[in-house]
Amino acid sequence: MLLEVENLHVRYGNVEALHGINLHVRQGEIVAILGANGAGKTTTLHAISGLLRPSRGEIRFESKPIHKMPAHRLVGMGIAHAPEGRRVFGTLTVRENLNLGAFTQVDRARTSNTLHWIHELFPVLAQRREQLAGTLSGGEQQMLAIGRALMANPRILLLDEPSLGLAPLLVKVIFQTLWEINEAGVTIVLVEQNARAALRLAHRGYVMEVGRIVLEDRAEALLANPEVRNAYLGGQTGGE
Amino acid sequence: MEEFLQQLTNGLAVGGIYALIALGYTMVYGVLKLINFAHGDLFTYGAYLGLTLLTSLALTDRLGFALGVLVLVLMVMGLVAVLGAILERVAYRPLRESPRLSAVVSALGASIFLQNALMLLYGARFQVYPDHILPTATLNVFGLYLPLMRVLIVLASVAMMIALYLFIQKTRIGAAIRAAAIDQGAARLMGIDVNRVILLVFLMGPALGGVAGLMVGLYYGQINFTMGWVYGMKAFTAAILGGIGNIPGAMVGGLLLGVIEALGAAYISIAWKDAIAFLVLILILIVRPTGLLGERVADKI
Repeated sequence: MLLEVENLHVRYGNVEALHGINLHVRQGEIVAILGANGAGKTTTLHAISGLLRPSRGEIRFESKPIHKMPAHRLVGMGIAHAPEGRRVFGTLTVRENLNLGAFTQVDRARTSNTLHWIHELFPVLAQRREQLAGTLSGGEQQMLAIGRALMANPRILLLDEPSLGLAPLLVKVIFQTLWEINEAGVTIVLVEQNARAALRLAHRGYVMEVGRIVLEDRAEALLANPEVRNAYLGGQTGGE
Repeated sequence: MEEFLQQLTNGLAVGGIYALIALGYTMVYGVLKLINFAHGDLFTYGAYLGLTLLTSLALTDRLGFALGVLVLVLMVMGLVAVLGAILERVAYRPLRESPRLSAVVSALGASIFLQNALMLLYGARFQVYPDHILPTATLNVFGLYLPLMRVLIVLASVAMMIALYLFIQKTRIGAAIRAAAIDQGAARLMGIDVNRVILLVFLMGPALGGVAGLMVGLYYGQINFTMGWVYGMKAFTAAILGGIGNIPGAMVGGLLLGVIEALGAAYISIAWKDAIAFLVLILILIVRPTGLLGERVADKI
C-alpha cells in the first residue's frame, strides 16, 4: 500500500472539518476524490501533503507515519502536491517555477531528464520558458503547476481541481496527459468537481460529504451508481 | 556644477546607507508581510558594536586601515546578524500565527527594549568614533575633490547590493527566498523550509543594516542610541519609494532618497531635509502606492 489514511480528523480552530476519513491508494493507481464544495476534499489533500496537521488519526506513506512531518520534508520523500488555484509563482518565469519544483532534487542529470519529459508532456511550457508565470493563460498555468509538481520526481502526485475554470477541450488535454503521467509510473490522487472526467480517468473513487467518506468503489461502478449520477453527474441521462 | 556634484556624491553615500537598511525592511516584509520596526535599532547596534570593536581591539593599528576595516565589517555583520536571528526567535516567531497587529506591537516593543538596553550600556550621550584612525584624504576625481570615506562608502554599499542581488537572482537559496515571498504555502510544497528562509532574511537584513550603522559611524564620526529611529524611518521611506518587498526597489529607493535629500538640503534649505524626505513618502503613497518598482504583473486568478 503506497498511501494509507486512517481515521483522519482535521480541525480549523473549533470547527472540525474532517470527521474520521479512511482511504488508501495503491502503487500505480489513479484515485479520484469527489464531492461538493466544502465536503473536505482539499482539506484531505492538505493533511496528506503536510500543509495541515491532523488533530487525530494517522497517515502512512510506504508504511511510514508522515502526519507529524512538515510539508517541506514530504516532498523529498516523494509526495508532490499541485494545489487548488494552481498557486504558480506569478512573478517568476516558467523556467524558475520548474526549477523550484526540483528544489529537493540533488541529481542534476535526473532533473534534466525530468524537465525534458515535462516539456514533452506540455510543449507550451518549453515555448514559454522565459515568460512570467502570471502572464500565462489559466490552462497553461495548470500545466505549469502539474509540471512543477512533477519536477520533484514524486511517487505520488496530489492534484486539486486541475480542471477548474478551464474550457472543456483543455480539460480533455490535461486529463489525457494525466493518464500519460500515470502510465509513466506516478500514482495520482485527484480531487475534482468534474466528476465525469475524473471517474473516466480514475481506477477507483471516493465520494465525500461534509467531512466524511460516504461511498467508495471502482470508478466504473461509481459512474453507474444512480446516487452518484444524480448528485454529481447531472441526472440519470448523464449527458453525452 | 561643482556644488551640485559634491551634493550628488554626498547624496549617493547617504543613499547607499539608506539602501542597505531598506533592504532589511523589504526582505523581511517580502517574506513575512511584517514591518520590522526594530530594524533601525539593529542598525544602531551595528554602529555601537563597530565603535567598541574598533577601539577595544585596535584593529586598524594592528592590521592597517584596509584590512582592519574589512575585519571590522565582517565582525559587525556577523554579530548584528545573530542579534537579528535572536530578535526573530524571541519577538516574532511566537506570534507567527497571531493577528498582524500583535507582531507590530511586538516589533515596537523590541525596538524600545533594544534602544534602552543600548542607553543603559553606553549612556545617553553621543559617542564619537576616533578620528585619528580614519583616512581624511581626499581624492581628485576629474577635478572634483571627494573625501575618501565618501567614495569608499558608495563603492562598498553598491558592491554589497550587487552581491545581494546576484545571490537572490542566481542561486537556489535566492530562488527559495523569492518563492517564499510570493506564496509561503506553495513554497513549502516545493520542499522549501520556510522557517529557514525566514531565519535567513533575519540574518541577511540585519547584517546589511549593521554595516550601514558602522558606515554612519565611520562617515559622520558621531553616533547616538536613538539614531536608528530617524535612519530607520528614512530607510523605510526608501523601501516604500522603491516598492516594499522588492529588493532592487529598496536599492533604487535608497539611493534616490539620499540624492533627493542632499539636493533638497543644498538648494532649498538644510532645515527642510527631513521634511523633504517624508514629503517624498507622502507623494509616493498618493501617486504610486506600489512604489517605483512595485509588482509589475498581477497574478491571474
